[in-house]
Amino acid sequence: MARRGGAPEVSAGSMADIAFLLLIFFLVTTTIETDAGLDRMLPPIEPPDVDVIIKEKNIFQVNINKNGQLLADDNLIDLKDLRAKAMEFLDNNGDASCTYCKGKKNPESSDNPQKAIISLKNDRETKYSTYITVQNELVGAYNELRNREAQRLFKRDFVEIEAEYLNPETKDKLDETAYDELKEKVKRIQELFPQKLSEAETSSSN
Amino acid sequence: MSKFAKKKDGELPAVSTASLPDIVFMLLFFFMTVTVMKDSSLKVKNELPVASEIKKLEKKDRVITIYVGAPDAQYEKVFGTEPKIQLNDKFSSPSDVGDYILMERAKKSQELQNVLTTSLKVDKNANMGIISDIKLELRKVNALKVNYTTGSGDAFNNLK
Repeated sequence: MARRGGAPEVSAGSMADIAFLLLIFFLVTTTIETDAGLDRMLPPIEPPDVDVIIKEKNIFQVNINKNGQLLADDNLIDLKDLRAKAMEFLDNNGDASCTYCKGKKNPESSDNPQKAIISLKNDRETKYSTYITVQNELVGAYNELRNREAQRLFKRDFVEIEAEYLNPETKDKLDETAYDELKEKVKRIQELFPQKLSEAETSSSN
Repeated sequence: MSKFAKKKDGELPAVSTASLPDIVFMLLFFFMTVTVMKDSSLKVKNELPVASEIKKLEKKDRVITIYVGAPDAQYEKVFGTEPKIQLNDKFSSPSDVGDYILMERAKKSQELQNVLTTSLKVDKNANMGIISDIKLELRKVNALKVNYTTGSGDAFNNLK
C-alpha cells in the first residue's frame, strides 16, 4: 500500500545533544574580552624643530620611585592626594586669563589650563599597577574639571558626552547635525582643559 | 473499579524534554553574540590592574594587542620568572615590537592603518622598565596611540 501521511517524522531527540556540542565548542574557543582602558598618546620620537620654552611654574612634576612613593613638585605626597593636587594646579589660573577657572590664582603655580603641563616620570623598577593608579588619578583630575565645565555649559557630564561621541552606534542613530553638535561639544570642553600629560623617558636609578 | 486502579499504578510522569533543545540553543546564541574568538593563547600571567577613568576600546579590527607578564608556570623553566612580552603566540624581546607593529599594520586595510590603537595588556606585577622599552619601540614606528587596557574598579585596589 502507498504510504499515507507523507514522510515519517525525523526524530528530534538528539537535537539537544547537537546543540550542547555546539555550545561547548563556543564556550571553549571564545573569551569575553576586557576591552577598556586608559587612552594615551605617546610623544613622537623626533624632537620638535623649535625649542619650546616652558616656565617652570607651568610644569607639574610627578615622580614615582621604585618603591611606589610619589614626589609631586618636590613634595612627598600620598597617592590619594594626587588628584586634588593636580586639579589645584590645572585650575590655578595664575595670570587670570581663564574666565571659567575657580583656582586660587597663586602666582607660583600654573598660568592657565592651556599652558599647564603635567609631567610624569617613573623609575624602571616602578610597579605597573602603581603607574596605572597614578595615570588614573591624573586622567581623573582632567575628567573632573571637564565634567565641571560640561555641567555648567551643557548640564551633562563630559565623560558621558564623550562616551556617546565615541560609541560607533551613535553615528547611525543621530542625524548629521546632531552628531556634529556632539562633536563640537566634546571639542569645546577639551579645549577648555587640554590634556597635556607628558611621559618622559624613564630614569634608571642606581 | 479498573478506572481507579489505573491511576494508582502509574509512576511519576516523565518531564518533557521537548524544550531542552530550545533552551540550549538560547544559551548557544547568547555565547555566540557576547564572546569573541580567542586569537592567541596566553602564555603569560595576565592579571590586569583596575582603573576607574577608563574608555572603551571600540572596533576590534583597529586594535593591536601586546601582552606582558611573567611566563606561565609551564614555561618558567625555560623562560624564567621575569616579565616577558608576548607577541602573537611567542615570547619576544622589546626589539621585536617595532617589527610586529609594522607587520600587523601592513595586514590591515589602507584606511585603518592610521587609526590603529596598540592595546597594552600588562600584568599588574610587571615593572615599568619593560613598558618603557615597549613605549620607545612604539614611538620609533610611530604607533603613538596606546591604550593601557585595564579592568574597571577603584584604582587604589591596585596597591594592595
